[in-house]
Amino acid sequence: MAYSDKVIDHYNNPRNVGSFDKSDADVGTGIVGAPECGDVMKLQLRINPESRMIEDARFKTFGCGSAIASSSYVTELVKGKHIDEAMTIRNTVIVKELNLPPVKIHCSVLAEDAIKAAIGDWKKHHEDGAPAAAEPRKAQEG
Amino acid sequence: MPKLPIYMDNHATTPVDQRVLEAMLPYFSEKFGNAASRNHSFGWEAEEAVDRARGQIAQLINAKSKEIIFTSGATESDNLAIKGVVEFYREKGDHIVTCVTEHKAVLDSCRALERAGKASVTYLPVDKYGMVDPDAVRKALTDRTVLVTIMYANNEIGTIHPVAEIGRIARERGVVFHCDAVQAAGKIPVDVERDNIDLLSISAHKIYGPKGVGALYVRSRGPRVRITPQMDGGGHERGMRSGTLNVTGIVGLGKACEVAASEMAEENRRLLDLRDKLQAGIFERLDEVSLNGHPTERLPGNLNVSFAYVEGESLLMGLHDIAVSSGSACTSATLEPSYVIRALGVSDELAHSSIRFGLGRFNTEEEVDFVTGRVTHEVKRLREMSPLYEMARDGIDLKSVQWKAE
Repeated sequence: MAYSDKVIDHYNNPRNVGSFDKSDADVGTGIVGAPECGDVMKLQLRINPESRMIEDARFKTFGCGSAIASSSYVTELVKGKHIDEAMTIRNTVIVKELNLPPVKIHCSVLAEDAIKAAIGDWKKHHEDGAPAAAEPRKAQEG
Repeated sequence: MPKLPIYMDNHATTPVDQRVLEAMLPYFSEKFGNAASRNHSFGWEAEEAVDRARGQIAQLINAKSKEIIFTSGATESDNLAIKGVVEFYREKGDHIVTCVTEHKAVLDSCRALERAGKASVTYLPVDKYGMVDPDAVRKALTDRTVLVTIMYANNEIGTIHPVAEIGRIARERGVVFHCDAVQAAGKIPVDVERDNIDLLSISAHKIYGPKGVGALYVRSRGPRVRITPQMDGGGHERGMRSGTLNVTGIVGLGKACEVAASEMAEENRRLLDLRDKLQAGIFERLDEVSLNGHPTERLPGNLNVSFAYVEGESLLMGLHDIAVSSGSACTSATLEPSYVIRALGVSDELAHSSIRFGLGRFNTEEEVDFVTGRVTHEVKRLREMSPLYEMARDGIDLKSVQWKAE
């Protein structure tokens, strides 16, 4: 199968690879997929508790080149967006941007799920009565 | 720096050896006769070439010339052998014994017979090295068994089955033994007498011959084996396989067998050295790497490795200037990881992480060194990007995690 130039570019120069400290209250972590299916994506978003804007993003992905490219692209896509807007991102945007063939559409679905899972994780800390932005920020970039 | 891209997928196919090509060339336009034309020199010339090839193939596997039937390739040979035996011996029984790691040409021929209600099939498991237990073959045989079909060596993991013993068990019980020897004939010594083989499939393009031609060995004596033809027509190949012979291809297959027979010992020493160097190089430089296949009873050119926490297709993408293959689901049409690797009891995750290196006649030490370096570099890069590698390093047992799969 031939990959699109954009998939190859993200694969060779992945954006925002790494991890934030999971215990940081401003960080939402989403892990989706399963190893036995050949795809696991971890997406982390640093969200400003006041403005609810996504200030930064990191990913790590176990999966094919299209899965890596989808998650890499998503980190670029969500940065600077309000979480309500990020929640509306559909996988079709990823498919279009990366020119994914039909057999790779599941990679884009997984990336969309990862955004929702990460925001959902952040909301757990901030909407279930947990203190907002209480801890100092400590980023671990890997 | 070796010339790129590097071809290291010699289980999939091989380039035609220059000596094979030269032997074939006159048979396109100059000596173009139909081997079945019995009444002029064009036909005689073609028939002579075909007979010479029959002899070259027979010699490679210690058979007699007349026991070689030409086909379009090993898929046809497997179909003809399996369906041909079951149909011919249907009065005697309808049970087949085979194994889960066989090639699709064998497995799907068996399944087609099952679906048609013409046979019942026992699919034997393999051990963690991919080997069939001859004792399991013995226990699977019933009064209804007409065929045992077990491959000589596996195309993914290179494991060489105890074929001679399996053949002896089948012979004792008067059951026909078919062996798909596509990866073995021309690579390691195959002897239909020593190995008690009754039917044997061969392909030309796996042994530096052309694509689209193969052969089926059909034992003529001790015991004589019969098959029902699967194609109707002019009754070529002693009635077992109709169709005008692919003379050019057959000349190529014959020459490929001759070259393989004369250079096998030396070539295997060289391939084993290269393979062992590749294996040692990868295992020294990377942790959490595991071998798929038998540690010793394995084809000299085969190395199948799982790189934990790295998905196979993404690794192939990183190795874009190296042609190897992966057991990852993403490289197959079915989205399932390799059934051969899974049959070893390896987890699906490790099956997704497997890469097959297939060394062949034209690979060099310089290429092996280059591949070792590239593989090491890419695996390390992808592990830095892998959430699984990170979790494992943090001491999280991946098996205990509740994954949110779709």
